[in-house]
Amino acid sequence: MARDMIVVGMADLNSTKAPGVLTTLGLGSCVGIALYDPRAKIAGLAHIMLPDSGAIQNNSNKAKFADTAVIALVMQMEKLGAKKVSMKAKIAGGAQMFAFNATNENLRVGDRNVDATKMALAKIGIPLIASETGASFGRTVELYADDGRFLIKAIGQGIRTL
Amino acid sequence: MAKKAEDLFTDMHLDILKEIGSMGTAYAATALSKMVNKKVTMPVPRVSWLDFQNVASFVGGPESIVVGILVSLSGNIQGMMMQIMSLEAAHNLVELVIGTPPPTKKEDMYTFGEMERSVVEEVGNIMISSYLTSISGLTNSQIKPSIPYMCVDMANAILSVPASEFGRMADKMLFIESQLSVENVESTGCFVMVPNLHSFYRIVRALGVE
Repeated sequence: MARDMIVVGMADLNSTKAPGVLTTLGLGSCVGIALYDPRAKIAGLAHIMLPDSGAIQNNSNKAKFADTAVIALVMQMEKLGAKKVSMKAKIAGGAQMFAFNATNENLRVGDRNVDATKMALAKIGIPLIASETGASFGRTVELYADDGRFLIKAIGQGIRTL
Repeated sequence: MAKKAEDLFTDMHLDILKEIGSMGTAYAATALSKMVNKKVTMPVPRVSWLDFQNVASFVGGPESIVVGILVSLSGNIQGMMMQIMSLEAAHNLVELVIGTPPPTKKEDMYTFGEMERSVVEEVGNIMISSYLTSISGLTNSQIKPSIPYMCVDMANAILSVPASEFGRMADKMLFIESQLSVENVESTGCFVMVPNLHSFYRIVRALGVE
């Protein structure tokens, strides 16, 4: 890692101003939600692992679920000076790591995480401008607060920039 | 708010899980020993709650490339069971079973041919099944494992599968971590059992503890 990066863990979220960099390592079925306000140059990244806090009793950790993480991340970025109206979203992850046939819906959590993330973004009114989701491999992502570029790395593949 | 799963557990529960882990691993070790005709040893399993942020800490970190073999469980005990091994351990197993030596180039380590893949899946399957046989006998439960699924990827990505299962009921993940070594050298990785909460209580109750 060339620059100091803020590592966002599984079921965690964080935000930073330029020239900060946020990263989350090894997204599998989880989804990395990158929000960026290009005017304020403020970036936020969440690593969610489940779609919906509604179905769960114990939702003290807001970063665990797509619906609550998006709201919490926007609030945190607003505290840094970002404005929701200028925010754009990019997402990555939601893979199906094991080739289960789809009988057990709990095992298709990747797809459901992606759907729930898109829904949460639509609900709060943040446009989703780029995504790389699904397939069956893990992804490490980096989000740069200076220009909002979103790098995706996977094993044995080139780096993609969204 | 309902209590989190991790708060419902006592040290006694964890001791029981450690015991179950020991017996399960012993069964798996015996199965592996018979398969490769070598001495297999195991230390006492560790049972611990790990934060989601740290789930990959015991397999070399979030981005270390590992082999995961996953079996989903149905019947009286539901959830999943995963075996995780290093790339080296998986290739060593292949060599032990069918004689194919590990790749010499480091970048070839994460590719497995069809045959090699089958070997790793099957060995994992036999070990997981042995582990489950022990749990099934101890708890007088019927456990139906699925066929094994293998994945080679970053540890965090693989562990996200059992972690999200756990995330439904807890903010931490319970590891029953058992290590196996063939001839005291090659570590063949560890097992992670992820019973759902209901099944966990079934296991604990079956052993006579409320």
